[in-house]
This record gives sequence, structure tokens and C-alpha cells, in this order.
Amino acid sequence: MNMSTMNLNRSQDEAELEAEFQRRIDNEEKIEPKDWMPEAYRKNLIRQISQHAHSEVIGMQPEGNWITRAPSLHRKAVLLAKVQDEAGHGLYLYSAAETLGISREELIDALHTGAAKYASIFNYPSLSWADMGAIGWLVDGAAIVNQVSLQRTSYGPYARGMVRICKEESFHQRQGYHILMTLMEGDERQRKMAQDAVNRFWWPSLMMFGPHDSDSEHSGQSMTWKIKRQSNDELRQKFVDQSVEQAEAIGLTLPDPDLRWNEERGHYDFGEIDWDEFYSVIAGNGHCNRDRVAHHRRAHDEGAWVREALDAYENKRAAARTA
Amino acid sequence: MSQSNMKLYEVFIRGRRGLDHKHVGSLHAEDSEQALEYARDVYTRRGEGISIWVVNSSDICASQESDCESFYDPLDDKPYRHATHYQLPEKVNNM
Repeated sequence: MNMSTMNLNRSQDEAELEAEFQRRIDNEEKIEPKDWMPEAYRKNLIRQISQHAHSEVIGMQPEGNWITRAPSLHRKAVLLAKVQDEAGHGLYLYSAAETLGISREELIDALHTGAAKYASIFNYPSLSWADMGAIGWLVDGAAIVNQVSLQRTSYGPYARGMVRICKEESFHQRQGYHILMTLMEGDERQRKMAQDAVNRFWWPSLMMFGPHDSDSEHSGQSMTWKIKRQSNDELRQKFVDQSVEQAEAIGLTLPDPDLRWNEERGHYDFGEIDWDEFYSVIAGNGHCNRDRVAHHRRAHDEGAWVREALDAYENKRAAARTA
Repeated sequence: MSQSNMKLYEVFIRGRRGLDHKHVGSLHAEDSEQALEYARDVYTRRGEGISIWVVNSSDICASQESDCESFYDPLDDKPYRHATHYQLPEKVNNM
């Protein structure tokens, strides 16, 4: 057998494997870690899952900012519990990414160099206590819409991680809404503070769903592989529809003059997102991009002694066992 | 028959794609390869699953139920970690 027939056989094998892989996905079967998968599927998943993990972890910063300044011990305990949950969610997701053959060190390194992204909403500052309400209600709310859909993603460990995360998220959104509701029952200044937070977080929350389907670089292939189950625009619409009633119920106004019910579509119409802002923040020019990564890097570096101590302890124990 | 070289293995089976492996029982075997074959013979006779894990029982590190309180307190005194803790208006209560 000469080289070219060998290559031909190999690509035939690959084509058969790929056909079998796609047949599984078309049949709504999950792909599991030890299954054969196209290299691009693996890469695409690592990109998406790690981006999701980094978002959970970086997302702790804007909320961590208010833990020491929460207006009551109860709110402080709630916020602490929520931030702890986010750390856990990051861990579930890093572990799911690692089943694809990438290490934690590589993932963290990609976050630090900027090769990997995280949800750009976390590059906006949290300026007031009301922002804790807006983040819980809108940012976690948008994340939930996305994550509920991802419970049906084609990669088993990712889908199972999503089920676990969704179980815990509902508390996050409700506590945020409860903060805004309480402020809206307060005095004029408190109502203003709540409205101001919603004004600043509404549009960035809509941006969380990513570019329009027509401009989304990864969407087509991700839908065929069922990594994504619903398109960016579908999910964004779902979020807008559910948010309108929630805003009205406590007297908040969503900052969009074009927002109105469309009887024919059975959905709310809404205005166009400022895509220049979206791409500018992704490119690193948001208010907090540099701070967020620098903070993570610092925390990681300052934790180096813990990793070294664990290593030293294990080496000592191993030496004692062989002695 | 002497079982001097036999080790105890715990067997986990994935019922179908998308599900976690679930513990189904244990068995004795010389090595992990043999344990996999035994597990197939004993635990998958009626199409129970599509993937088997076997793990040396001695490699399983387990917590004890009696340690529950000190080791993983369910924190029932922190009800605010549950969605139902937050009373919202009826209209939006499906959040």
C-alpha cells in the first residue's frame, strides 16, 4: 500500500466516523468524552465552555464589590452565598471543559492572555447597591434563558453541568428582583437608584446573547452540531418578552422607546442594540476589562503559595510512604 | 477456590447517552480488564447500559453519614439560598 492510498483510507475512515457522529447528534443522542468527535467540534466546545466558565468566575467581581457594603446583614449573607455559587458554577464548567483534553492551567492562561473571552457584561462597573438587583434580575436572568436552552446541548458533560447550574440559578434571579422590588417600594431616591441601575444594565444584558444570527461567526456550525440549540436572536427575544412584564410589575421602565407589543408576531418589538459598543467592549475597551483580568491574575499569583504548599505536602507524604 | 489475588471492584453503568454513570454493585476480579468483562457478564445481561466503569473499591474515598453535620451541613439555617425564600408578586412568580 503506498502513501496516497493510506491517506485516502484514513480520510475515508474519518468521513465514516464523522457521518456516524452526525447521525448520533441528529438522533438527539449525547456525545460523551470518549467518543470520536471532529477536531473542530472539540475546539468549538472548549471555546464555548471555557468562555462560560470564565464568565462565572469573572462575574464574581462586580458583585464582590458590594459584599462589604450591603445594606443589611441579611443582604450581605445572600450576596455571599450567590458569589459562592458562581465560583462553584465555574468549577463545574472548567471540569466539563477538561473532559475534552485541555488542562486547567491552559484554560486560566488563555483567560490571562486574552485568548479566551468571558461575557462582556462583566466589563461594566457596579456603581450602586441597586446594581446588585439589576445584575441578579437581568444578567442572571439572561444567563438562565441561555442555560435552560443549553441543558439540551449535544455534549453530555456540558448538558449535565447545565442541569446542575440551572437548579441553583433561580435563587440568583429572584434575589436580584427582590432587591429592586424593595427599592421600588422605598422613597424617591431609592426608586431613582433602581431605575438608574436598570437603565445601565438593560442594553448590555441584551448584548449577552451575542451578535445577530446573520453576523454570528460560530452559530451555523454550532446549530448543526447542536452545541447551541436556539439562535442568539431567538433567545434574546425570549428574554425581552419575559422581562417586560417583570419590569411593569414593580413600576420599572425599560430604557427603549421602540419597545412595544407586536400583535402579529406575538412578541415585543425592540430597538437596535448599539453594536459599536458591543464590539468595542469585546475588543477590550469597556470600563473594566483591564481591571477584571488584572484582578484575576493577581488573585491567581497570590494563591501560588497554596498550590506550592499542597505540592510540597504531597511530596512529603509520598516520601514517607516509600521510606 | 482461593481469592487471594482477587480485588474488589465497584461497578458503574451509564444507562444511555446523556446520563451519569450510576453505581450498580461490585464484584471480585484479578485486574481491571477482567473486572470489565465480569461486569459485562453480570450487570448488563438485559441491555442495562452502554458504558461501564470499574473502580478498585479501595480507591474510593467515602464520607460517612454520621459525619454529615460537621462535614457537609446542608445549611438549613440559610433558607435564602433557595428560590422559594423570595416572595414575589403573583404575576411574575414563575421567575
